[in-house]
Amino acid sequence: MIPGPFSYHRPATVADAVKLLSTLGDEARPLAGGHSLVPMMKLRLATPEHLIDLHGIDGLKGIRREAGRIVIGAMTTQHELLASDDIAKSLPILHETALLIADPQVRYRGTIGGNVANGDPGNDMPALMLTLGARYRLEGTAGGRDIAASEFYQGAYFTALEPGEILTFISIPEPVAGHGYAYEKLKRKVGDYATAAAAVVLTMAGGKVASCAIGLTNLHETPLLAVDAANAVIGTSLDAATLKKAAAAAEAIMSPAADARGPVEYRKHVGGIMVTRALTRAAGRAS
Amino acid sequence: MAKTHVTMKVNGAEVEGLVEPRTLLVHFIRENLSLTGTHIGCETTHCGACTVDLDGMSVKSCTMFAVQAQGSDIMTIEGVANADGTLSALQEGFRMMHGLQCGFCTPGMILRAQRLLQENPSPTEAEIRMGISGNFCRCTGYQNIVKAIQYAADKINGVEFKEAAE
Repeated sequence: MIPGPFSYHRPATVADAVKLLSTLGDEARPLAGGHSLVPMMKLRLATPEHLIDLHGIDGLKGIRREAGRIVIGAMTTQHELLASDDIAKSLPILHETALLIADPQVRYRGTIGGNVANGDPGNDMPALMLTLGARYRLEGTAGGRDIAASEFYQGAYFTALEPGEILTFISIPEPVAGHGYAYEKLKRKVGDYATAAAAVVLTMAGGKVASCAIGLTNLHETPLLAVDAANAVIGTSLDAATLKKAAAAAEAIMSPAADARGPVEYRKHVGGIMVTRALTRAAGRAS
Repeated sequence: MAKTHVTMKVNGAEVEGLVEPRTLLVHFIRENLSLTGTHIGCETTHCGACTVDLDGMSVKSCTMFAVQAQGSDIMTIEGVANADGTLSALQEGFRMMHGLQCGFCTPGMILRAQRLLQENPSPTEAEIRMGISGNFCRCTGYQNIVKAIQYAADKINGVEFKEAAE
């Protein structure tokens, strides 16, 4: 399988990349790790006339601290996230989630920016970003702007990115010490997209849940924050009745597609189970 | 479409060629360089038969363009053997442990396992299995591939290899 012809561009700055994207218009696509786009091009389901390879831009990689936030460059690969002791210590749920993405070869090339910006409902990072309260930095010809991850996703492959804009950084508030976390992902085999997945970040005080956020992957055309389910567990000790209530509240907002991963009812059912497991495992890790 | 001149290092030798931007790295390696040890399996980024080592990463060479490999340092299966022509520890492990049947996945398996052992010289069985989760074998059931990698790890570490009981 050979992709359709295209022109290859490798700008050295974000400004040049944005200029190319806006000048070349709809027929140009930014290329990050390429592990979503290149397979689509080989199937000729994507036929961009211009590829703007972002690998030539210095400064879009790396992890840094900024006033209580962890700022990650969009071109940082999943492998680099996994290799970071800082991420493993401060944002362990990001480490846990990255390890569940695809396989080692894909993680060497695949980037966090590409994962969150593509708008694929099957990608794991978007729901995690909602759960963590992340913000995205977007750069366009008119300048930069910040947007909450919770406002970024509009539909399957539809995001708040305007034509000519690229996502350059992800900024995540550092979770408090002693928080509990878990990313539970049901998949048919290693490397697959989620049949259903849930991210949980919570804090405990005196044996009861003090704060909680729950995100859902591949259970709707966009990633979801299960607000009612999270509210249902706050103030409880996560007893069986509460877990059941939280799973039901999460299932109420799920509307997964029926596909090879299962019919709608099955995916909602296992989605509820992922929420229950993630809550239980997160609580066990909280101190 | 205009062709682009690319240069890179493959198995220690400087190589160059003219490619269309859409030329996949695996096609450049197989067709321009005539290094056909790197196999094309699924062509959909799943099977790992096309795995090569590129600048310290295991990559599926069917999922990047040759123009993106400009200036990079690549190793394919043709570059794996020791300088004196003897088998590398991994090649020997696959031979001794019967880590292949049809052999189609073997070049990708060995390139991936080589990088795995460089990053983690003494992996557990679970780490080996996760480490090769991007490489499919449809013959062996993986058991002997895992043993082959354990054999190579022990040989590199100077430890006597003891086959685990099944």
